[in-house]
Amino acid sequence: MSHSSQPQNESRRQFLTGAAMTSVTLASGALLYTSAQAKNAADTVSDKVRWGLLIDANQCASGCSDCVDACSQINGLHSADPHSAASQQPQWIRKVTIKDKQTGKENSLPVMCQHCEHPPCVDVCPTTASFKRADGVVLVDRHLCIGCRYCMMACPYKARSFVHETLTDQKGHAPRGKGTVEACNLCTHLIDQEGGLPACVQACSQAGHNAMIFGDLNDPNSEIAQRLAAENSTALRPDLKLNPGVRYQGL
Amino acid sequence: MKTKLFQWRWLLTVGLFISAPTLQADENGLYSPPHAEPEKQVSASQACVKPVPEMRREHMNLILHQRNQTMHHGVRTTDNSLQGCVNCHVTQDDAGEPIDFTNEKHFCNSCHQYAAVTIDCFQCHNSKPTEPVVKGGNQ
Ligand code: HEC
Ligand code: HEC
Ligand code: HEC
Repeated sequence: MSHSSQPQNESRRQFLTGAAMTSVTLASGALLYTSAQAKNAADTVSDKVRWGLLIDANQCASGCSDCVDACSQINGLHSADPHSAASQQPQWIRKVTIKDKQTGKENSLPVMCQHCEHPPCVDVCPTTASFKRADGVVLVDRHLCIGCRYCMMACPYKARSFVHETLTDQKGHAPRGKGTVEACNLCTHLIDQEGGLPACVQACSQAGHNAMIFGDLNDPNSEIAQRLAAENSTALRPDLKLNPGVRYQGL
Repeated sequence: MKTKLFQWRWLLTVGLFISAPTLQADENGLYSPPHAEPEKQVSASQACVKPVPEMRREHMNLILHQRNQTMHHGVRTTDNSLQGCVNCHVTQDDAGEPIDFTNEKHFCNSCHQYAAVTIDCFQCHNSKPTEPVVKGGNQ
């Protein structure tokens, strides 16, 4: 599709929706377009949906790491790599603090895989292990991953980790193992069920911060699409024209 | 002379029949070649996801298909899920704890050892049940 990096704003979405409707009409002669597609566990993922996150840095508390903790809890990351240096430990979300040098204003925000529309990690992967699912989630198929780590070098967000050591007692829903690359998968095992939310988003709202909103960018009625249509937001490194599914406010 | 030759052929055919290995029909009335008997699992009351003879031949194709379905298409129904196999096929040690894939009695090892198959699945996947096990089963 288009290589534009324009923010996922309402008019662009409507334009894309219009284009999709036209092609459906042309292809089948019948119009079968519905916007919000609730998926249940048995369904295959659909490209009608594009999952995204909206992170409001104004709501994100600087001392809080609830999203990071929930992530390592649910994916069993905490038990990993006892012999590795701290900087080598697998991490799917990082809390990053940024400071405006002029004003001294500090912001703290979580950074994870940005689930790009044009993911560089997928471009460089020699085995097609890095791939983008129909619903926009960027994943590593670890059955195909050979651990070359090209994707880690290609990612401008430093979002991917490598497992250096033999693991035992992984979580049943989150298999992980030595010699493969891993990253945030938006908790696919949760969001593939109807109404499921990623663990970080749940933790953030439990902490009362509500700094993270998860939803379908393609559904004009979803909270995330409505917020994005009404309020200012930005992508990290918009100059790279990757059109991430994760967007930020208050930076 | 002709009649004598015929008699020899007869004897040969009959002899072959007698010496042929006897194939045993299994509980499903199907004949199968000799195979290793796997360690029995806790849940003998629940049926497997497919009939046993089919599982013996096709289990690898079922789980490899399910793997792509889940990984690439987000299908989460657990019919042929690898974790599902492991949750049902539980072998326990003397203390009643489920054993993992490093133990040669683990269900997925028991035949593979005999058939010289090595799988890497449990480097990432948990080989122990992730749901509570009915204790003291083991047949
Ligand atoms: C390097 C790590 C790794 C190895 C080795 C591995 N898997 Fe996986 N497997 C995963 C990950 C990660 C998932 C994705 C889980 C998800 O999205 O829920 C997965 C998912 C699956 C699923 C779907 C989920 C389920 O429990 O049913 C199946 C089936 C599966 N793998 C089968 C296999 C088989 C068979 C092997 C061995 C031939 C294997 N895997 C080896 C990491 C691995
Ligand atoms: C609901 C519980 C359950 C689940 C889930 C299950 N099985 Fe079974 N399985 C059984 C039972 C019960 C038998 C029959 C055992 C017997 O009669 O000795 C069996 C038999 C088998 C056999 C044949 C064993 C033999 O006697 O030769 C194989 C192989 C097998 N299962 C593999 C799998 C695989 C692979 C999976 C995952 C896709 C799986 N099973 C999932 C319960 C289950
Ligand atoms: C009834 C005996 C038996 C049991 C029990 C059994 N397997 Fe197998 N499995 C085999 C045989 C035999 C092969 C080799 C088939 C071949 O090479 O064509 C095999 C092959 C495989 C393969 C393909 C390996 C490869 O390198 O292609 C996978 C994956 C596999 N089994 C997974 C499992 C899992 C997981 C379990 C436990 C849930 C299990 N098996 C239990 C007999 C068994």
